Amino acid sequence: MRIPCPCCGPRAMAEFSYGGADLSRPVASLPLDAPSAPDAEWNDYVYRRDNPAGAHRELWFHAAGCRRWFAARRDTRTNDFLSEAGA
Amino acid sequence: MTGYSALSLARQALTGHRSWPAAWRAPEPRARYQVVIIGGGGHGLATAYYLAKTYGITDVAVLEKGWIGGGNTGRNTAIVRSNYLLTANSHFYEHSLKLWEGLSADLNFNVMFSQRGMVNIAHSNAELSALHRRGNAMRLNGVDAELLSREDLGRLMPGLDLSPQARFPILGGLIQKRGGTARHDAVAWGYARAADTRGVDIIQNCEVTALRREGDRVTGVETTRGLISADKVAICVAGDSGRLAAMAGLRLPMESHVLQALVSEPVKPMLDVVAVSGALHVYINQSDKGELVMGGDIDGSNSYAQRGDPHTLDHVVESAVALFPSIRRLRMMRSWGGTVDMSMDGSPIITRLPLAGLYLNGGWCYGGFKGTPAAGTALAHLVATDQPHPVATRFTLERFDAGDLLDERGSGSSPWMH
Ligand SMILES: Cc1cc2nc3c(=O)[nH]c(=O)nc-3n(C[C@H](O)[C@H](O)[C@H](O)COP(=O)(O)OP(=O)(O)OC[C@H]3O[C@@H](n4cnc5c(N)ncnc54)[C@H](O)[C@@H]3O)c2cc1C
Ligand SMILES: [Zn+2]
Repeated sequence: MRIPCPCCGPRAMAEFSYGGADLSRPVASLPLDAPSAPDAEWNDYVYRRDNPAGAHRELWFHAAGCRRWFAARRDTRTNDFLSEAGA
Repeated sequence: MTGYSALSLARQALTGHRSWPAAWRAPEPRARYQVVIIGGGGHGLATAYYLAKTYGITDVAVLEKGWIGGGNTGRNTAIVRSNYLLTANSHFYEHSLKLWEGLSADLNFNVMFSQRGMVNIAHSNAELSALHRRGNAMRLNGVDAELLSREDLGRLMPGLDLSPQARFPILGGLIQKRGGTARHDAVAWGYARAADTRGVDIIQNCEVTALRREGDRVTGVETTRGLISADKVAICVAGDSGRLAAMAGLRLPMESHVLQALVSEPVKPMLDVVAVSGALHVYINQSDKGELVMGGDIDGSNSYAQRGDPHTLDHVVESAVALFPSIRRLRMMRSWGGTVDMSMDGSPIITRLPLAGLYLNGGWCYGGFKGTPAAGTALAHLVATDQPHPVATRFTLERFDAGDLLDERGSGSSPWMH
């Protein structure tokens, strides 16, 4: 699999570390009030996944290259990258 | 069905083995069953078998989109062990191992369970302490475990590089002597034949495409071979769990990833235990045909592709050669991948789902083959009684909401780290 780094272009998968699904983190309202914190949202964020068979927006780190984090969309059935949207 | 025995073998030999009856029927799906099981891997077939055998529920169909055992059951490296640290996992996998010990006789099918011993190798003091801790935990849970010195390791595995110049010098190890391997296909076939004999319909080339529901109850499944109604539907689809859950409008604490394995050309016997090195991320054993079977970590990124990247295989081979330098000129014959159902804490899920009558068995990660007999037992119990089986009470979905995780590796909700 070759991964399109927005900085270095397509490079071998071995140069990258995976950062998982690109999720948006729930907003924590301050000051934190534990009993009324939205547990369900945080549980969703930490543990539940869409896990699609198809387009998946995910994070990559070009560890053995430019050391940039970026988001990309990939088809999880074919490993084709669908866009090189930067993050 | 004719039982398999030395006598039946001799009798069939007289006619050149041409008159063996089919091991299971190929029935047309009926319009309605009491229980429909989605997925004809080891887990689905075992569930059907125990539903029939233990609970007398025989109005059961197993629906398989391809051929039985064609998923992870037929792709795995067949290691069976119960060397877990956490109590809940320890009890579950030990229950499973005990079922393995009687499985060939129970199914009247040789699953070639070989208790050749499962050896974990330590390359640092920290790893050695972790193995001591694990060994102690196992013994407290009634599971066999013995510590091994470097000399013990050398006697068990003459090919192992024990020299101080090794890439990662070896300090000691831990063995579970009752661990070993089994024949993966035979497990699917044995359960299929035994379930079929008790009246279960095994329906291949039948993909479930949607779930039917009425209100908050599941009423059946839509398939490529028509609509099939059922009182209860159990999902046993490993890497496809997320797809099936989506049909019920649910999101699971699970991701699908690819795990690869490979085998070498066959050679004379050189390794008669299963060897694992956590530090090198590799495991290796020798099949009865003489091939060295090896594997390592999942590739790391979500995947349904059933194939992976060569750099993972490079790593496996480099690590195997670091352990056993004499294999460095062996040629690798085949590699393959399977879509594994990685749960967010690395432990399985056997549960009722919010839709009444719907059950899920998944989250087996890279280690569900060894769990096949116990998973079938536990899911059959749950489907039949609506109560969790005593050895599987912790394998819930609620544990993720309660923060009550079963994280053997302590690596958090990042499946690619498990
Ligand atoms: C390379 C590799 C090595 C492994 N090594 C080991 C090991 O050494 N030891 C160990 O314990 N475990 C190992 N595992 C894990 C083990 O293989 C699995 O956890 C276990 O086999 C899962 O069994 P199953 O019956 O749940 O899944 P599967 O055998 O995958 O069965 C699921 C079935 O569901 C079917 N299905 C999916 N969707 C549908 C649908 N919509 N309709 C109908 N049918 C459907 C699939 O076709 C498949 O046959 C390994 C896995 C891999 C990939
Ligand atoms: Zn780069």
